[in-house]
Amino acid sequence: MQINKITDYIWEIPPSEKEGMLVPARIYASEKLMKEMDSGVIEQITNVACLPGIQKYALCMPDGHWGYGFPIGGVAAFSLQDGVISPGGIGFDINCGMRLIRTDLTAADVKPRLKDLLNVLFNKVPAGVGAKGFVKIERKEMAEVMTRGVNWCIKKGYGWAQDCDRIEGGGCLPGGDPSQVSSHAVERGIGQLGTLGSGNHYIEIQVASNENIYDEKLARALGIFGRDQVVVMVHCGSRGFGHQIATDYLRVFDSAMKKYGITVRDRQLGCAPFRSPEGQAYYSAMACAANMAFANRQVITHRIREAFSQVFNEDAERLGLETIYDVAHNVAKIETYEINGKPTELLVHRKGSTRSFGPGRTEVPTLYRDWGQPVIVGGSMETGSYLCIGTQKAETETFGSTMHGAGRTMSRTAARRMVRGNDLQRRMEEHGILVKAVSMSGLAEEAGTAYKNISEVVDTMDAVGVSKKVVQLKPIGNIKG
Amino acid sequence: MTQGYTFLEDRVISDLAFEATGDTPAELFQAAGLALFEGMADTGRIQPRVRKEIRLKHAQIDQLLYDWLSELIYLKDAAGLLFREFSVQLDQNAEWNLIATVRGEPIDPKRHALRADAKAVTYHQFEVGQTETGGWKARVVVDI
Repeated sequence: MQINKITDYIWEIPPSEKEGMLVPARIYASEKLMKEMDSGVIEQITNVACLPGIQKYALCMPDGHWGYGFPIGGVAAFSLQDGVISPGGIGFDINCGMRLIRTDLTAADVKPRLKDLLNVLFNKVPAGVGAKGFVKIERKEMAEVMTRGVNWCIKKGYGWAQDCDRIEGGGCLPGGDPSQVSSHAVERGIGQLGTLGSGNHYIEIQVASNENIYDEKLARALGIFGRDQVVVMVHCGSRGFGHQIATDYLRVFDSAMKKYGITVRDRQLGCAPFRSPEGQAYYSAMACAANMAFANRQVITHRIREAFSQVFNEDAERLGLETIYDVAHNVAKIETYEINGKPTELLVHRKGSTRSFGPGRTEVPTLYRDWGQPVIVGGSMETGSYLCIGTQKAETETFGSTMHGAGRTMSRTAARRMVRGNDLQRRMEEHGILVKAVSMSGLAEEAGTAYKNISEVVDTMDAVGVSKKVVQLKPIGNIKG
Repeated sequence: MTQGYTFLEDRVISDLAFEATGDTPAELFQAAGLALFEGMADTGRIQPRVRKEIRLKHAQIDQLLYDWLSELIYLKDAAGLLFREFSVQLDQNAEWNLIATVRGEPIDPKRHALRADAKAVTYHQFEVGQTETGGWKARVVVDI
């Protein structure tokens, strides 16, 4: 397939390269990342470019790798009138996302009690296969979680009122309709609020050092003062609830496509017109899952505050455990962009991609509106993560989107062949990172060698000007499912 | 061809893939069920103490396999159970009818040597069909 170099960081596959492509496909990557990009990305992003109603480009971020339907790192915007909605463009884990919590503690305060802290967190936030959370609710309350997201948590005392001002969309995606959600999904998810899941989901204790701050003014605006300040990063999503909704609607769309005369190059790209009954039903169910995921990360935040309070024998407020921000990186949202000179509402699918709006955009909470949307980028357990900030350039270039993480380069099986969980745990401990994991084989799958170099990924989008680096965060402790 | 399964290594970057076989469609479904739970835990350590019955039907056998595995994943989360015994009856009339009894026990992280948590069955490279020798074969990729 012909791939044209547009700039040092943008690569384009023209529509002439695959029958049915309606727009070009664009991959954001440095020369090195592009050379190493797996071939599945090229195949999948050009398949996305064939979907009805797609606007301008099918995009893939530098952390891109092979996924189901869309590649991970895939972004596509569709016309609300004649475009589609596709679960393959959102992922099974609807509103999988990241939350970052600051503290007033430093590494020197935390390291002597890190082991205790990880033990308490491990007990307070269940992880792994079949884990149940401490929140016990009935179906009626679950319906409220589906429609109100974090607002339900605050009402129940699982958080602070100001948390809502520090979450993408205030922690609630409008349009959730519980009647579009199957009882199977409710039964899978009702006991899972406050659970982490498995795979690459984690809670990580990280350190922000002065030398890793790229923009001091921005860092301060986001609550980062440096001086080995401790922060906590959470990566998880909507658990079995979202997985079941994706399963249910993939099945619905598999047959609906015949009805609407849509053919796709990959069955995992099953979709329906956004305005169709099936498309609207999925959007409403997806919003329910997005709200459950926001609530899940909020309940986990509540437990993290409890854990710190217990270990440091101090109120979480006095320890400064404020939410910095919470982002959704597997979701579809209606957002306005200029198309042919006119502001136009589009349905933007982000699958393994973070919204990256710049200063002034009304969707960014007032607290950060002068600066832009915080972008939380989770790295592998060994290498560290980043806090970045969105830019206005993202709004014109990438439908306000940037990377979400490091991106895998190696299969889980290959990682397990190369690394033993126990060895990895010991090696990380030697490097000053304590890990507690439910599954040792699962731990091996998340070794740093299984991922791209996160700095190269973040630098790519910084160089393009789509998101700017604020601070790099180094891990010292990790809880894994 | 006999009932069994093989995990497919490096089929996909981030997930769990297997090929299941059986002399009959029922054996194929049983093998796929066992492969799914072997991906999540050491099934040798699961005691068949709890019994569940599953009834499903669909005109297409591939969609029925998707529904069967999805139902098992649902029970894993909703009932908190892991299974190791799968007794499947499959009849084809106007459509395929499945009646199954599965046996297992509540998830116990201390005993079951838990592995990956299955999120969902995918359509990626999903195939169900008969082999030249008359046996049955399926390829399944599970999102974990």
